[in-house]
Order: sequence, then structure tokens, then C-alpha cells
Amino acid sequence: MREEPILHVRNLNKQFGRGCVHCRDKTKRQLEKNYCPTCGTVYACQDVSLNLFPGEILGIVGESGSGKSTMMQCLYFDASVTSGEAYIHNGELNGKNVFALSQQKKRYIRNNKYGMVYQNPVNGLKMNFSSMGNIAEKLIAAGNRNVSSMERTGHQLLEHVQIPLFRSKEEPQNFSGGMQQRVQIAKALSNNPPILFLDEVTTGLDLSVQANVLDLIKEIQREWGISMIVVSHDLAVIRMLADRTMVMLNGSVIEEGLTDQILEDPQHAYTQRLVYSLL
Amino acid sequence: MAMLQVIDFGKRFTIHHLGKTRQTVEHIHFSLEQGEFLGVVGKSGSGKSTILKSIYRTYCPDTGSIIYDSARYGLIDLTHATEREILYLRKHEIGYVSQFLNVMPRTTSRELVEKALLEMGATEADAKLEAEKALTHFELDQKLWDNYPNTFSGGEKLRLNIAMATVKKPRLLLLDEPTASLDQQSKIKVREIIEKLKASGTTLVGIFHDIEFMDGLCDHVFDMQFRSDKAVKEGVIHES
Repeated sequence: MREEPILHVRNLNKQFGRGCVHCRDKTKRQLEKNYCPTCGTVYACQDVSLNLFPGEILGIVGESGSGKSTMMQCLYFDASVTSGEAYIHNGELNGKNVFALSQQKKRYIRNNKYGMVYQNPVNGLKMNFSSMGNIAEKLIAAGNRNVSSMERTGHQLLEHVQIPLFRSKEEPQNFSGGMQQRVQIAKALSNNPPILFLDEVTTGLDLSVQANVLDLIKEIQREWGISMIVVSHDLAVIRMLADRTMVMLNGSVIEEGLTDQILEDPQHAYTQRLVYSLL
Repeated sequence: MAMLQVIDFGKRFTIHHLGKTRQTVEHIHFSLEQGEFLGVVGKSGSGKSTILKSIYRTYCPDTGSIIYDSARYGLIDLTHATEREILYLRKHEIGYVSQFLNVMPRTTSRELVEKALLEMGATEADAKLEAEKALTHFELDQKLWDNYPNTFSGGEKLRLNIAMATVKKPRLLLLDEPTASLDQQSKIKVREIIEKLKASGTTLVGIFHDIEFMDGLCDHVFDMQFRSDKAVKEGVIHES
């Protein structure tokens, strides 16, 4: 009765810089931090492995610079990996290391299998296109050509994320931060992806808007059964959303477990420092 | 075969920053048949909650094993089960109720109970019906159904909490001091609820502060002080 993960990542490594004799050999690497003091190479992700199961939300916490966003960018092909493998168990991609695929195939995965919500809506939206245009862009990239059906989908999505329809033709640059974030979520969902990445989506939003976005994410999980990876440094957000949680420090995963277990009985010294600092 | 079997269980907490390790409980043995009710008693700090939270895997297990007879997995050691297995069991088989309510903000009590059902794969219509039944069953005032629980009293929060846990019809229900800080009237209500659950065949483990409250309800009492599991005969709680 083994359950198959929808996304399986094995030993993902990402380094910035070429490395030197002191740090190139992993076994000899003795880094206090995640960079080499001799050549300045940064090891942003070191042997990160994870499994994402169908319909679950996996939380990733860690301080800034711990490599959580880099890992997400690697998975979404925004950044190239230094080494590592990732497998998506969905349809025709079974058994293929997606990092080794061609650019064209990667684009296909981004457009059809993945959705991404960035911390800063500027990265995810074209600010001078209308909200509908933004959604249509993603739909066209995924192969849709029927204008009226795209319009229908767009309206449904915007309604779902509570953007008033009379503003659907408006450009997101006129919207508030919370609204931009919701348009971004609508855009990410438009191609009905099985996997959704959320990078610090509630950071910088005020509390009532934050609750709104969290509600929306939880609802999406329940109704659409989408698997999600949620990166956040806000433990309260993780507690509300994530089924399981991974803790990262200096590019490595130091602890993973059930979210309430991580928060109530953290094992690693860093996780304890993090959790016990919670107000 | 016993429903729940705790064998030589122990739990230690290490706090790295203080460089300290504290053994909270050790050498815990007990077993429980289906449909039985085990009451755990002891002083505060004696490790009652530690046992319960370890069964629910909120705490990382340390030593010993906790064997649970699952409907899906068969006999399973909860201390070694994978996270995914635990998540499944929490969703479908094992419930946990504490005196604290920890829920999504801005969600009404009706929605909370419905969500618990939807999570298990119930249809919208079923969830609505079952939720209303549960809220009526646990005598939550109808005025409160479409209210946020923030403003509820302790007893109301607790009954909502129990409703959320029991709509899933768990096979094993863990009660962590469900009567703490309740008045006599509310306590009696909780007692009635437990009686109903027991009658429906749910296996229960509960922590209680006041021993007389459990009079006649428990099949076994586990006393942290003596670390023994004594059967209760004819409604009399063990003599210590």
C-alpha cells in the first residue's frame, strides 16, 4: 500500500560560483555557513530531497538565506540546478528526471503541471496587462485558443478569488497588494495544475487580507485537491496551512515532520530556537 | 487483540540551548480493548499529556512502542509509522480533543464541522446534514452555529471541539483534560457526551483532573503515580 508521491526530488544542489579545492569535494567541505571562505562560492541548496504527495500541503520554513526560495526557483526552472533529480508522477512524465529535459519540455511543465505564486506580484503578473489578460496569457501558453472559453474560465477564477468582475479589465498595478496576490493565485490556477508553489504569499499583507488569502489556499486544497509547497518564514501561516513541514538552514534540510510535531516538539537546536521565539 | 497497546513507552525532551535533557515519562505499559474507556490520572507534570500527545504523534516518540489496531493498516506501531500514515489515521481513525480550540480564523462553527467532514471526502449535502446533527447532538446553541468561535465560552469551545472530532466517527478518541476549567453543568454535559460515544463503540483515552467525575465511566484507570493499569470493578475507582 505504498503511496506514490506526485513530486519526488532527490539530492538537489545549487551553487553560485565555481567552487575551489577547499570546497568542491562535498565530504571535505567544512562550511560554517553555506559559503566557502576561500573562493566565496555559495552553496544555496545542499542535497535537498523531498516528497510531495497528492493533495497535501508541504510547508518549508527557514530564515532568510536558508535556500528555501532558491529551491523553489530550481523546481520551477527559474534557476538551473547544479545537480539533482526531480520526478513528476503525473501522466506522461513518469520516470523522467525533469531537470534533464529540454527547455521546450520544461516550458510545457511550467505551463501545464505547475503554478507559481511569487512573494512579489511583479514577478508573477504583467502589471500593465489587464487581470483577464494575465490569466489569458497563461491559458494561451497552455494551448487554449478559444477566446470565449478563456473568458469564461477567467471570470470564474476571478470570482473565485473575489476580484469584482467590473475590475477584471483593469491592470493589476492599480490593485492593492492583497488583490494583486489574489490575481496571481487566479493566474497560477488557470491551467488547473496538479502542483502549486507558493513563495511567501502572505508576507507583507495586513492580517485581515492574510486570513483571506489563507482561506483561499485552504479552499483550493480541499476543492481542487492540488498539492502545494508553501515557503514561509511565518510559523503561524505554516501551522494553519501545512500538513507536513521541512525546516531548512544554510541550504540543508535539518528537520522534517508533521507540522504540529515540528511546532510542539522540535528536535534540532535551530528549530527549537525558531519555535521557542514564537510569540 | 487489543485496540491500543502501549509497551515500555518513554519520552525525553532535550533543549539544546540550555543543554538539558529531561525524562518526562518512562516505563509506561497499558493496553485497551475496543470500546473501552481508559482514564489517566496523576499530578500536573506527571506526563499524562505527554502520553496522549505521543499517541497522536504531536510529540516525537522516543522509546518503546505504541501498537494501534488500524482499520486500514492492521496492527501498526505509531512510533514508527510514516508521516503520511499518521495523517491518514488522524483524518479517519484517531481523534484528539483538548481544552484549546485552534482553528482557521474567521470560520463559523458550522463551517468548521462541515470542513472536518469534507476533509474525509463527504459530499457537501451530507456534510451540511451531519454537521447540523452533530451541533444539535452536543447541544451547541443554534445562535452560535453561524458565529465565529472567538467569542465562545470555554464550554462552548470545548463542545465545538468535540463535535469536530466526533463527526469523523473516530475509532480512537484522545481527550486531553476536556473538563478542565468547566463549571459543574458543563462537566455533566461532557460526561453525557462521553457516555454516548462509549455506547457507540468508540475507544477512548482521557485525562482527567478530578477523579470523582469519572466515577462509573472508566473501564480502567491508569495512575501515573503507581504506573499501573487497574480495572475498575462495579463502578468503584481503584483504592490507592
